[in-house]
Amino acid sequence: MNFETTIGLEVHVELKTNSKMYSPTPVSYGAEPNINTNVIDWGFPGTLPTVNKGAYSYGMMVAIALHADITRHTHFDRKNYFYPDNPKAYQITQSETPLATNGWIEIEVDGKKKKIGIHELHVEEDAGKNQHEDDGYSYVDLNRQGTPLVEIVSEPDIASPEEAYQYLEQLRQIVQFTGASDVKMEEGSMRVDTNLSVRPIGATGFGVKTEIKNLNSFNHVRDGLAFEQKRQVQVLMAGGQVRQETRRWDPAKKETILMRVKEGADDYRYFPEPDLPPVFVSQAWIDDVTAKLPEAPAKRRARYINEWGIPAYDAGVLTLTMEMANFFEATVAAGADPKQASNWLMGEVSGYLNAEHLELKDVALTPAHLAEMIKLIADGTISSKIAKKVFQEIIKNDTDPKAWVEEKGMVQLSDPAKLTPIIDGILDANAQSIEDFKNGKDRAIGFLVGQIMKQTHGKANPKVVNQILMSEIKKR
Amino acid sequence: MTYLKQDLTSVHEALVNGSQTASSLLKATYANIEQVDADVQAFLTLNQEAATKQAAAIDEAGIPADQPFAGVPVGIKDNIVTKDLKTTAASKILGNFMPIYNATVVDKLHAAGAITAGKLNLDEFAMGSSTENSAFQTTKNAWDYTRVPGGSSGGSAAAVASGQVPMALGTDTGGSIRQPAAFNGIVGLKPTYGRVSRWGVIAFASSLDVVGSLTRTVKDAALTLNVIAGHDDKDATTADIPVPDYAAKLGQSIKGMKIGLPSEYLGEGVDPAVAAQVQKAADQFRALGATVETVSLPHTKYAVAAYYIIASSEASSNLQRFDGIRYGFRAEDVKNLEDVYVRSRSEGFGPEVKRRIMLGTFSLSAGFYDAYFKKAAQVRTLISRDFDQVFADYDFIIAPTTPTPAFKIGEKVTDPLTMYMNDILTIPVNLAGLPAVSVPAGFVDGMPVGLQLIGKQFDEATLLQAGDAFEQANDYVDQIPGGAN
Repeated sequence: MNFETTIGLEVHVELKTNSKMYSPTPVSYGAEPNINTNVIDWGFPGTLPTVNKGAYSYGMMVAIALHADITRHTHFDRKNYFYPDNPKAYQITQSETPLATNGWIEIEVDGKKKKIGIHELHVEEDAGKNQHEDDGYSYVDLNRQGTPLVEIVSEPDIASPEEAYQYLEQLRQIVQFTGASDVKMEEGSMRVDTNLSVRPIGATGFGVKTEIKNLNSFNHVRDGLAFEQKRQVQVLMAGGQVRQETRRWDPAKKETILMRVKEGADDYRYFPEPDLPPVFVSQAWIDDVTAKLPEAPAKRRARYINEWGIPAYDAGVLTLTMEMANFFEATVAAGADPKQASNWLMGEVSGYLNAEHLELKDVALTPAHLAEMIKLIADGTISSKIAKKVFQEIIKNDTDPKAWVEEKGMVQLSDPAKLTPIIDGILDANAQSIEDFKNGKDRAIGFLVGQIMKQTHGKANPKVVNQILMSEIKKR
Repeated sequence: MTYLKQDLTSVHEALVNGSQTASSLLKATYANIEQVDADVQAFLTLNQEAATKQAAAIDEAGIPADQPFAGVPVGIKDNIVTKDLKTTAASKILGNFMPIYNATVVDKLHAAGAITAGKLNLDEFAMGSSTENSAFQTTKNAWDYTRVPGGSSGGSAAAVASGQVPMALGTDTGGSIRQPAAFNGIVGLKPTYGRVSRWGVIAFASSLDVVGSLTRTVKDAALTLNVIAGHDDKDATTADIPVPDYAAKLGQSIKGMKIGLPSEYLGEGVDPAVAAQVQKAADQFRALGATVETVSLPHTKYAVAAYYIIASSEASSNLQRFDGIRYGFRAEDVKNLEDVYVRSRSEGFGPEVKRRIMLGTFSLSAGFYDAYFKKAAQVRTLISRDFDQVFADYDFIIAPTTPTPAFKIGEKVTDPLTMYMNDILTIPVNLAGLPAVSVPAGFVDGMPVGLQLIGKQFDEATLLQAGDAFEQANDYVDQIPGGAN
């Protein structure tokens, strides 16, 4: 029997606001526990929420970037449950009237394009964190409590773990390019909940689904879903039944492990949040957010390919992150040849960042300096060999490349009037080499060039040296 | 110092002309509280030390002639948080809760120069109609210590009626200001929902809770509303509309006003002697030049059921935060997290609060939501429309505040449904978010009864004008409670 797979993804994305969703306290990552909290975040008696309109606008930005329809008349709802990291014992979210519905993401798997539907997006608040310490106590840190989130719920259109991977990659890119979120799995600003079911091909209705937790990277998502897909098929082929359960991905063992069997749905007793008036989203508000939306990665890629002749693969790499794309465009704007800028960014710059485990924002390199260096190579001021030294300098320090190569005496000797006497001198001293060359020993040229380089301390422009050398030999 | 024969204006005059200082007034106020409250038991906590310092500072700065509250001691219902002053909501679960911030209404009163004398008893979390649901003490009716003061703002009403303070703040979710005002023969103003900030009010039912005042006179209610009304950035449900001078129309004639008298409010369950007082009031309004006509609010009979579903549903959610984790009462010797929750809440909440949490939890549960919460929300809309239709033709509505005068302590406490029906005449106003004021309307068997004036949204000014006219036409305000009858 052949099976088909249905995958659902719920992605939580932290919105990059200064303050929380329903309170004025600052949002931060890595602060001392409970520093960024106030009476609202503690759920103190008598406190009331207020809506962070900036966070709502960020949510709209994400929704518009994902081609979703913004809901014009909305209200907030309470989702009730007890947990120490949830101080009000309810989360303020949107259940009945989500921020937006009916979006999509286009993915490409094995050269085939496919649209994955987005059922809805809603804004809500994050919970705090419980920490269980060795002293036997559990501690609650409410810094994260109230951080604005947008939850993005896919339609059951994803049919394979690879499609899930591509969906997440595209989603991450699109959201990152809005500037509304850092979308970093490792910092928790992007979190993925997955569910998967299989059914015999052609069956109506979905199979029983399982949820998989502890998927902390896109690779884990792909691997965990692939394992779960195989497991469910094996269960069914053996005549068994898949149970509705939550399973945990163990990345070391590369398998999913049963956490708990679900019996019936949780009852969160949703009802309209009475402390917040309904929100009306005007067309003017939508227009304003749309106008502020930065250019999407797909549009940028097309522009790089069509206007600057960048290969499609390279354009894809340059638009993996907004930082890289912005850096690239700024380098071109500063006068660098787009292809050279692309080569440097994908080659030396990316190599350096990977080796040092750094990000673009962590290094001293600026688009202006990179462009300046590329121009110095293009006009022959420095050789590509010297450029590697210059690059090591400008990525580490805020150094002007032109001034630096001059100061260090690294400027190439390209002037024939200066080079010709030197070359003549070398030829005078090496009559045997000229003889060898004329007798067909090409290696003799290499020796002569080496001598010239030695005498010029490596500064001679090799291209110019070659030209003069050949013409001078001919004269003899 | 007793305030039995005083109002804000007379107290203010004494402070301005120097026959009293804020400090001497406060001292005399506490002396009187010590004596009177031994019987009435309205106060849960006194604020003597901080209040004394505040009074000295006010004396130092001088009493501004245009600030009627400057140097005046007031009482605050104990579900309104006060910085560094214990706030319990009359619940064991908050028995030692010390807030670190003030409610907006408290800040506003303090800015106007008022001094918080202390915190007043209530039904636990404002759930009740007799103040018998307080975890700490039973407050007495100022007119008869064997009777209830009403509730849930029973402490506030008894404190004002017994002359301990000239004004006390209360909260009204289903009648909790108006009913105790009526039972104690004083004025209770429940403003429009959204007129007064709820920031710092321990939530019972967020879509219904309103802060208001208990005072001896309608004018004092107007002066209080002048201070506490207005938009608050911290409460998204407050309306951003201007605050008029609510005292401006006092004393103006109500001639030509059209008043509706809903037949549903004089029917079954309403004591005929109470109904007779309302008819008498109608005649007095006619004598003042207004017309009074019978109108209909046909969905009134569904109001109590809808109210107990909506209010309890919201309460079940609002009271979840009292979980023993961050503040308040936590059960001893707990085994695990669930034990913390279950035992802290089982031991911390009283029976009425638990009853409503269960009722609300049920109403919101999957499979019951549509039949209960959603249906109740639809009924609420119908009740609002009833009022809208009447207000298309009438300036305000009059009705009894309560079906009967104050009942005996212990009389209804074992019969929750009968107790709930006591709020039948006040609940529709909360469901519709309207302003209403209860003013003294005479006596039945020696106990005061109240006349309720219900107005259009944000039209407190008309209600206060009419309430003041009615007050001036009677001598009820001059009647002094006997207390230990």
